[in-house]
Amino acid sequence: MPKITYIEHTGKEHVVEAEIGISVMEAAVKNMVPGIDADCGGACACATCHVYVDPAWSGKVGKPEAMEESMLDFAHEPKENSRLSCQITVKKELDGLVVRLPEFQG
Amino acid sequence: MRKKRGFIALTGAARFGNETSMNGRAIIIGAGQAGAQAAQSLRQAGFDGEIVMFGEEAEPPYQRPPLSKAYLQGDLEKERLFLRPLAFYDQQKIDLRRGVAVVSIDRGAKTVATGAGETLSYEKLLIATGAPPRRLSCQGADLKGVFYLRTIAGSDALRPVLSAGGRIVIVGAGYIGLEVAASARKAGLSVTVLEMADRVLARVAGKEISAFYEKLHRDHGVDLRLGAALDHFEGQKMVEAAVLKSGEKIACNAVLVGVGAAPATALAEAADLRIANGVWTDEHGRTSDPDIFAAGDCASHPSQIYDRRLRLESVPNAIEQAKVAGANMAGGNAVYDAVPWFWSDQYDVKLQTVGVSEGADETVLRGDPAAKKFSVWYLQRGRLLAVDAVNDPAAFAISRRLVGKSKIDAKSLADPETDLKSLVS
Repeated sequence: MPKITYIEHTGKEHVVEAEIGISVMEAAVKNMVPGIDADCGGACACATCHVYVDPAWSGKVGKPEAMEESMLDFAHEPKENSRLSCQITVKKELDGLVVRLPEFQG
Repeated sequence: MRKKRGFIALTGAARFGNETSMNGRAIIIGAGQAGAQAAQSLRQAGFDGEIVMFGEEAEPPYQRPPLSKAYLQGDLEKERLFLRPLAFYDQQKIDLRRGVAVVSIDRGAKTVATGAGETLSYEKLLIATGAPPRRLSCQGADLKGVFYLRTIAGSDALRPVLSAGGRIVIVGAGYIGLEVAASARKAGLSVTVLEMADRVLARVAGKEISAFYEKLHRDHGVDLRLGAALDHFEGQKMVEAAVLKSGEKIACNAVLVGVGAAPATALAEAADLRIANGVWTDEHGRTSDPDIFAAGDCASHPSQIYDRRLRLESVPNAIEQAKVAGANMAGGNAVYDAVPWFWSDQYDVKLQTVGVSEGADETVLRGDPAAKKFSVWYLQRGRLLAVDAVNDPAAFAISRRLVGKSKIDAKSLADPETDLKSLVS
């Protein structure tokens, strides 16, 4: 299974093995990574699963679609590499993905 | 922003809480979204006593919104509904008792009694019993094939109907009814929706939104009947037809009833707690008994923003209210007064709502309903009460910062040239 590293705002790292086909948000919740609230459960409705994608991975992860992009506009401190982790699907090519978590969600 | 405020309150609770010892037992009645959040928030606030959470269902706490959509359509496995893995409850030392109902509360003895015959004492108690669907009592309402939707078991029971084909009659054009209508059309069923009011979503949305969703469903082939009153169902063992008050008979293979939900207040009432459209709470999530809290669909709270009591049936409300209740059960003094929000997915359309539009005296439409991207802004004496955003997350995100806060200029709002972001100061 692809490995994903989540780095908390404090710098604490969590490396998890993520099932292919689920979202990066679900992999975090399933593996008890703190800092991803995911209030809406992955409906792209709430912007509380915000992550910063490590720039080295931007190409493989891709850009947000219009709906997600608008939601991100109003997330806490959005940056160029912001994504909603519920909208990133785990796949083989993302083995080794690194994402950083914001100080808080929403 | 609300999170930040909540965090400060939590910190305060953990450091300065002195009226509650941090090691008694907290009992949570109800293992839904609110119960699960309160358990987590108790721990986050530093509560290190026992936490026992009772849930009547077989599953650990799970998200309900997909039950009428992705899960019903077979696009999501059951485990993906679970809010947390089971290991989480072990790790957090949350004693999750699944399939066990609480049958009574003894406030004098500070105990609860369970359906399994156990009596357990509490220091703090949370009532998070939710709001099960209102049931019909008409003739034929107990026939097989008449479904309600609130639980995984309910969605599991309904799913074979979607693959069997034929016609489903949906009673009630609220969120549940319309979401199931969309799922059933996607599965290829013939769908008739019966709504007593003269428009859909009448209880929760304005006329522009109703008109949009009526067209959306009709364009997708739904036989939508407005002003249609159900009289009874016909059938031998299985439901075979819905009969309207007008006498018209609609043959069907199944019926889904979505006529609203009623707060589960029986336990609270039997314990003589104050009831006000749900279990009454103050702004701290506390009921009329200072050691008993309530959160989620079953509870009503005073809203400063709307200057009246609200009882909300929504995931965000359950989460935010339970955060406050959990923190306060651990000795904190957090206040719940969040701006409500909701969402609904039907076909390729996402509705996101901020606030409660009831009482609006002016509405402003932005965007074009025909383009399936627009928003409706509800004002009362120039103050923004609520916004319905259809496929317009920018309007949703901006309105979350505006509702309940400021006066807003209706003229510049109505001007399509106005950049919404300029309204946020």
